Amino acid sequence: MSGPDIRQRTGFRIAVLILLGGFCLASFLFSMRCGSRNLSCAEILKTLWAADDSTDYLILYHIRLPRVLLGGLVGAALALSGAILQGVMRNPLAAPGIIGVSSGGALTAVGILLLLPQFSELLVPAAFLGALATAVLVYALAWKGGIQPVRLILSGVAVASMLSALVSMLLLFNSERAVVVLDFMIGSLSAKSWTQVRLIWPYIVCGAFASFLLARSLNILALGDEVAAGLGLRVELMRVILLALSALLAAASVSVVGLLGFVGLIAPHVVRLMIGSDCRYLLPGAALFGSGMLVCCDTVGRIAMDPVELPAGIILALLGPPFFLYLLRRSADHEA
Amino acid sequence: MKLDIAELCAGYASKRVIDQLNLSVASGEILTFIGPNGCGKSTLLKTVARILKPQGGAVLLDGKSVHSMNTAHLAKRLAVLPQIHSAPEDMTVRTLVECGRFPHHGNWRAPSAHDREAVERVLAMTRLTELASRRVANLSGGERQRAWIAMTLAQEPKVLLLDEPTTFLDVCCQFEVIDLVRRLNAELGITVLMVLHDLNLAARCSDRLAAIRDRRVFRVGTPREILTPAFLREVFHIEARVMPDDGGIPFILPSGSCRGKEVRP
Repeated sequence: MSGPDIRQRTGFRIAVLILLGGFCLASFLFSMRCGSRNLSCAEILKTLWAADDSTDYLILYHIRLPRVLLGGLVGAALALSGAILQGVMRNPLAAPGIIGVSSGGALTAVGILLLLPQFSELLVPAAFLGALATAVLVYALAWKGGIQPVRLILSGVAVASMLSALVSMLLLFNSERAVVVLDFMIGSLSAKSWTQVRLIWPYIVCGAFASFLLARSLNILALGDEVAAGLGLRVELMRVILLALSALLAAASVSVVGLLGFVGLIAPHVVRLMIGSDCRYLLPGAALFGSGMLVCCDTVGRIAMDPVELPAGIILALLGPPFFLYLLRRSADHEA
Repeated sequence: MKLDIAELCAGYASKRVIDQLNLSVASGEILTFIGPNGCGKSTLLKTVARILKPQGGAVLLDGKSVHSMNTAHLAKRLAVLPQIHSAPEDMTVRTLVECGRFPHHGNWRAPSAHDREAVERVLAMTRLTELASRRVANLSGGERQRAWIAMTLAQEPKVLLLDEPTTFLDVCCQFEVIDLVRRLNAELGITVLMVLHDLNLAARCSDRLAAIRDRRVFRVGTPREILTPAFLREVFHIEARVMPDDGGIPFILPSGSCRGKEVRP
């Protein structure tokens, strides 16, 4: 291919970022409007402004708003976590699950829900700690005078499969109550309130800002360890910081919504197909797209088969791949 | 800048590849490490470039140890191009060269006018201005190697380390890369330390050659001084004729391997 690539132009990238921001906002509005009561934008603003005891206000402020915010935060966090991991590992298949975050969170969550239901209010912090502890374990197992991405991926896969076996065992021995963990295993935003938003927003907001600040270093890391070291980057240190950030973001998400795997894998790829792999644009783009994508899918799940609610995880896994494959084919056509 | 390698020991946990090696590189010279496969020249170069930690001894740049110096600070003086490198599939030449400014502006500061100016200057010097918005992945082998060298030049180094910069290139591209290296040395006064496999190429472009054998510098000197049939037999295990070309530079014409045959009482 000759000639300048439009995806490399800064103006084009910024325009795409603005569009993604628009998509994100539109999905938030869409989610606020739709449900058992459909409201117009004007009604939404008026009701939220009035802040009275009307049913509309209760629905908007106590049900829909926290759910939208939570979906937005979690979608952004998972997409960022995936984008960072794909960069650090130099592997397009890397996703938050690869460093053990999902399986660790799942094991602690399922353990609490099935074995210690009296402590179920501790579900979020426990899943959070379980997810982080597993990430640390995977990192420690992969360490041998330094970290090689391939070894990290392999030890992540090994640990994840062991923990999944334990989860399956717990489910098998408690099959009559297994339905209580179904939401967690699929990944869902249902029945979420301000409590969960308050629990996780600091981690996700700080994690997101820190990762934006380190975007340049992530770009340098993409050139390979030796080149990065030659350019004066402290490779091992930067890698552990970035891995910790991505584990933090993913753990915060998994602890409240469960195993929503797909966003972290696909959102970075979609944005990369649009604006390229420069992390200064890719990271904010992935965060915006992940946000919008999760909120959209959650809203579709709420209204598609009303009154039955489909968990966001199912909609994501159903609608995400065709959309992604379409983009992939289109970009392959362009490059040919 | 003067580079001193003092009592350097290097290698990997179980295997020492370089043992108490001493060598001084004068400011502005081109010095090339030669030696058979596995003799440790690449390990040596990586240790000098502080990509690998030494197991002992020191590498001193103007008297200061490169392994204890602030690594970003060092990257403004010393640049290294490893043998194997890969850019993200969609990275353009200009973006790659801009990466060379990373040690100057760091993670947070936006590139300054001087940074942008340096990138343009380096692109012009390496004749890449026309190709600046092309993808690195879509360039020919020689152009791609020029782009990577341009990235190291954007660091504005005083010392440049190159690990087999001509491997995988056709003959013409090999000469292009070597000519570029010589030009940088002559015009910018950059000290060059590199590893080359092709002895004739090494003889043509180096002020001095250092042959690595038995974990030490076996011999060091100008190409004319050290490239003799006896030396080639001893270090490379080859039978070869050595004749001076028009400029008096030794030209090596190997006629076969003599591995296992050289032991004679």
